[in-house]
Amino acid sequence: MTTGLPDAEGTLHELVERMRPAVAYDAAFVGIYSGGAWLAERLAREIAGDHPLGFIDVSFYRDDYATTGLKGGTKRSEIPFDVTGATIVLIDDVLFTGRSVRAAINELFDFGRPASIELAVLIDRGGRELPIEATYAGARLAVARDQNVVLSRDAAGRLSLGIEPFRAS
Amino acid sequence: MPNRNPQLNADGALTHLLTLEGLPPAVIRHILDTAVPFVGIAEREVKKVPLLRGKAVFNLFFENSTRTRTTFEIAAKRLSADVINLNIGASSTSKGETLLDTVDNLVAMDADLFVVRHAQSGAPHLIASHLIAKGRTHVHVVNAGDGRHAHPTQGLLDLYTIRHYKGDFANLTVAVVGDVLHSRVARSLIHGLTTLGTAEVRVIGPRTLLPAHVESMGVQVYEDMRLGLANCDVVVMLRLQNERMKGALLPSAGEYFKHYGLTMDKLAAAKEDVIVMHPGPMNRGVEIDSAVADGARSVILPQVTFGIAVRMAVMSILAGA
Repeated sequence: MTTGLPDAEGTLHELVERMRPAVAYDAAFVGIYSGGAWLAERLAREIAGDHPLGFIDVSFYRDDYATTGLKGGTKRSEIPFDVTGATIVLIDDVLFTGRSVRAAINELFDFGRPASIELAVLIDRGGRELPIEATYAGARLAVARDQNVVLSRDAAGRLSLGIEPFRAS
Repeated sequence: MPNRNPQLNADGALTHLLTLEGLPPAVIRHILDTAVPFVGIAEREVKKVPLLRGKAVFNLFFENSTRTRTTFEIAAKRLSADVINLNIGASSTSKGETLLDTVDNLVAMDADLFVVRHAQSGAPHLIASHLIAKGRTHVHVVNAGDGRHAHPTQGLLDLYTIRHYKGDFANLTVAVVGDVLHSRVARSLIHGLTTLGTAEVRVIGPRTLLPAHVESMGVQVYEDMRLGLANCDVVVMLRLQNERMKGALLPSAGEYFKHYGLTMDKLAAAKEDVIVMHPGPMNRGVEIDSAVADGARSVILPQVTFGIAVRMAVMSILAGA
């Protein structure tokens, strides 16, 4: 079912090329668990500069808690740098409705007041429900609303993209 | 009264927390896992998450306990809930009626979650059953200690602390020392430990302070403290309530300390990397020596910190069910 999906490693390369000339040399990279966290690690390695890494789990800030409750597997958000005054690039695998990004921005502000937040995503699949746009996107594609685009990572660290039937997550 | 476990809803999700007895291990593990990310909230500039924004948590304390009430209050506030504290002296007449009338009134004020402390065993269960019977499935109950029965959030925070320092329960020997007979803390912890497959759970104390059939809870009984502490990974000291001295259960505090007070000397029988826990408040010089309580093996203060995260996890799981 991967027809029409771009190669994840190739798309990551595109994203790196777009970010490299534009991202501040000291911008912190904050990945949203779990796909965004893998990407943040890769981007920090491949984009020159001093990029402190952070990881964020937005489960406690989601807007669907009242209907879906708390699922298992919530991770602890780790922001090991001072957010106040920081230039931050928020990183996620797939940008869809924009609700996860909204939650992540809210959570970041509970750590401090950043100087600015940019958004980098591997895939922008359209379908926004909030006025949120990616500053950098590896690829843009149209995907039916009842399908999920899922990023996976194998034992060797190689990334790949797949499609699954939609599950509220 | 419904005959299924009133703590779980039709989907098997936790909707009231009344006791650890009979809870599936997966439910207990889910609470412990959920508490992990909550520990980090205290280190942020804004020590709050918006999960329970707009929800009303009523602390319903029919028995005084400033400490437990405070930890629940902090936990609820860190979840952004509105917290209302009610310290209700138990009235002497028709307690059952009064209790449920109080509950109905508070539900009419749009209560979402009750944290209940009561001197009578079963009071939180009574409230939960009442809510279920009335079809109020969106209102949840947390038992904050009922009589001699259960104190599940204390049991959970003890389990969290043990797992934090020692990892998997399958290789551990845990000793619970002291007045097990009157201790709802001990009861909840023992149920939790056996449910999670702890290799060996021991109780240590004089026979007068152990329940008659304590062995049926799946524990080994030791009246000699040194023998009981041998090779333990975890030692949990229980508070000796002063009123126990007045009855015929114990000769004196001094005599108790001599046999069952935890000193560095007695602790040497346990493993070198043993951790020492106590639910508080401590009676220094009665059940525990200051050198141990303030020593390198003590994790008594981390227990308090973990307790807030565990209560946050419980409330956010219940309110989302």
